[in-house]
Amino acid sequence: MVDAVRLYIRYAGISVRGQMQYRASFVMDTIGQFGIMGVEFIGILVLFSRFDTLEGWSLAEVAFLYGLVHLGFAFADTFSRGFDSFGVSVRLGDFDRLLLRPRSTALQLAGQEIVLRRLGRLVLAIGVIGWATTALDVDWTAAKAALTIATVLCGAALFTGLMILHATLAFWTTETLEMTNIVTHGGVETTQFPLSIYRPWFRGIFTFVFPLGAVSYFPALAILGKADPLGSPLWFQYAAPLIGLVFLLMCLRVWGFGVRRYMSTGS
Amino acid sequence: MRAYGAVLSANFRTLLQYRAAAIAGFTTQIFWGFIRVMIFEAFFRSSTAAQPMTVDEMVTYIWLGQAFIMLLPWNVDRELHNLIRSGQVGYELLRPVDLYNLWLSRALAFRTAPTLLRAVPLLTLALLFFGMGLPESPEAGLAFALSMVGALLISCSFTTLVNVTMMWTISGQGAANMAGIAVTIFTGMVVPIPFFPEWAQTVMEVLPFRGIVDTPYRLYLGHIPASETLFHLGHQLAWTVVLVLAGRWVLSRGLRRLVVQGG
Repeated sequence: MVDAVRLYIRYAGISVRGQMQYRASFVMDTIGQFGIMGVEFIGILVLFSRFDTLEGWSLAEVAFLYGLVHLGFAFADTFSRGFDSFGVSVRLGDFDRLLLRPRSTALQLAGQEIVLRRLGRLVLAIGVIGWATTALDVDWTAAKAALTIATVLCGAALFTGLMILHATLAFWTTETLEMTNIVTHGGVETTQFPLSIYRPWFRGIFTFVFPLGAVSYFPALAILGKADPLGSPLWFQYAAPLIGLVFLLMCLRVWGFGVRRYMSTGS
Repeated sequence: MRAYGAVLSANFRTLLQYRAAAIAGFTTQIFWGFIRVMIFEAFFRSSTAAQPMTVDEMVTYIWLGQAFIMLLPWNVDRELHNLIRSGQVGYELLRPVDLYNLWLSRALAFRTAPTLLRAVPLLTLALLFFGMGLPESPEAGLAFALSMVGALLISCSFTTLVNVTMMWTISGQGAANMAGIAVTIFTGMVVPIPFFPEWAQTVMEVLPFRGIVDTPYRLYLGHIPASETLFHLGHQLAWTVVLVLAGRWVLSRGLRRLVVQGG
C-alpha cells in the first residue's frame, strides 16, 4: 500500500513536471477552465436574482451544495483522468504493456496523467464554498466539519469510480463513449442543485443507480440543518458519503473483471 | 464559387460519416435538456413574481438550445489546427482560391452538418413528447427561419476569426477558451438574456453573440414580435460583415509573417 502511494506520487511528479514545460499553456488552460465554470455559476446568480429561492433553498445554500459537488469532482478529475483516454490505449494495444508490470493496472492508469488545468474547477469550487460558508449561518460542530470533509473525499471516490466504470466499458467497445459523460458531467450538473427539485424517476437514477446524491444532497441537508421533503432520516444523511467509497470498491471489482477478459487488439 | 461549393460538400459528407458520434451526442443532449427543464421548472414553482418569460416559453427555449447546440462557435477546427501546427497550411496557400473564403466554407460545413444531424430528430421528439411548443405564429416561424440563417453566418464568421488567430498562437487553446466563455454567457445559452439585470442586457444586446441563440429563439416564441425581424436581421448581418472583415485582416497579417514548419 505504502509502496503504491509512493509510486503514484512519483507518477504524479513526472506528469506535473511535464506540464510545467508548457507553463504559459498551463496558465491559460487553467484560467479558461475557471472562466467557463465561472460563467456557468454566474448563470445561477442571475437566476437567483430573479427567483430568490429554489424550492426553499437560498442562493448561499445552493452555493454550498455546488461547492461540495464540484470539489469532489475536481479532485477526481485532476487525479484520475488517465482513465479517460483508456479507449485509445485499448485500441492501440498499449494496455498490454501495463499488464506486464507488477503493479495494479488501476493505479498505473490513474497515475498516467495528472491534469493540472482541472485545478481551475478546484479553485472556483473552493471560492464558492468559502463564500457560501461565510454567507450562511451554520452552527459548526466537529461532526458537521468531519461530515463536510468526508463528503468531499467520498465524492472524489465516487467520481473516480464512475471514471473507472467509463474506462471499463472500453474492454467491450474498444472506444470510450461520449455517452458516459451523461453520468459524470450530467451528474455534476444535476447534483449541484437539491435532488428534491427533480422528478422521481430522475431522482431515482442519481440516488439508487449512480448514488451521486449520497455525496451531495443528503449530507448537505445534515450540514445545513435543513428538513428533507423526501423524508430521509438524519443518521442516513451522516452515513450517506460512505456509499461513495463502497461504489468505488464495486467499480474496482468490475474493472478487475474487465481486465481478466481483456483480449489485446493485437496491433 | 464552384470550388467553395465543392469544399463545402466534401466536408459535409465527411462529417455525416460520424453517425455513432451523432447518436451519442443526441442522447447526451436529450438528457441535458431534461436536467435544464427540471431546474427551470423548479425555479418557476418557487416564485410567484412576474418573470420575463413563462415556464412554457422557457421549456421551448431550452429544447431549441439543445437542438441547435452544434451551431455554437465554442471550439476551433481541430483539423485546421493540425494543418497549421504541422506546416501543411503551406499547401492550403497553393490552392488557387481565396484562403479566407476556403476556411469560411470549411466552417460552414463544420457547423451545418452536425447541426442538421442533431436538430431534425431532436426537434421532432421535443415537439411530440417533451412539451416543446410550435412557433407562436406563421410569421414567427418565418422570422425564426430567417434569423437562423443569420445565426449561422455569425457563428461561422466568428469561428473563422478564432481559427485564424491560431496562426499566431499555434495551440489555439487560449483563443478557444475565450471564445467558449463569451459564447457560454453572452448567447443566452445558460440563461436567456431577458433574465439578466438591465445593465447587462444593454451590453448583451449590442454584442454579436445573442444573434446565435437569443434572437432567433425569442423570435420563435413571439417574445420578440415578428414585426421587429428586419432590425434583428440587420444586427446579425452587420456583425457578420464586421467579423468577416476582422477575420480577413487578421489572416492577411498572419500570412505576412507565416513561417511554415518542417521541410
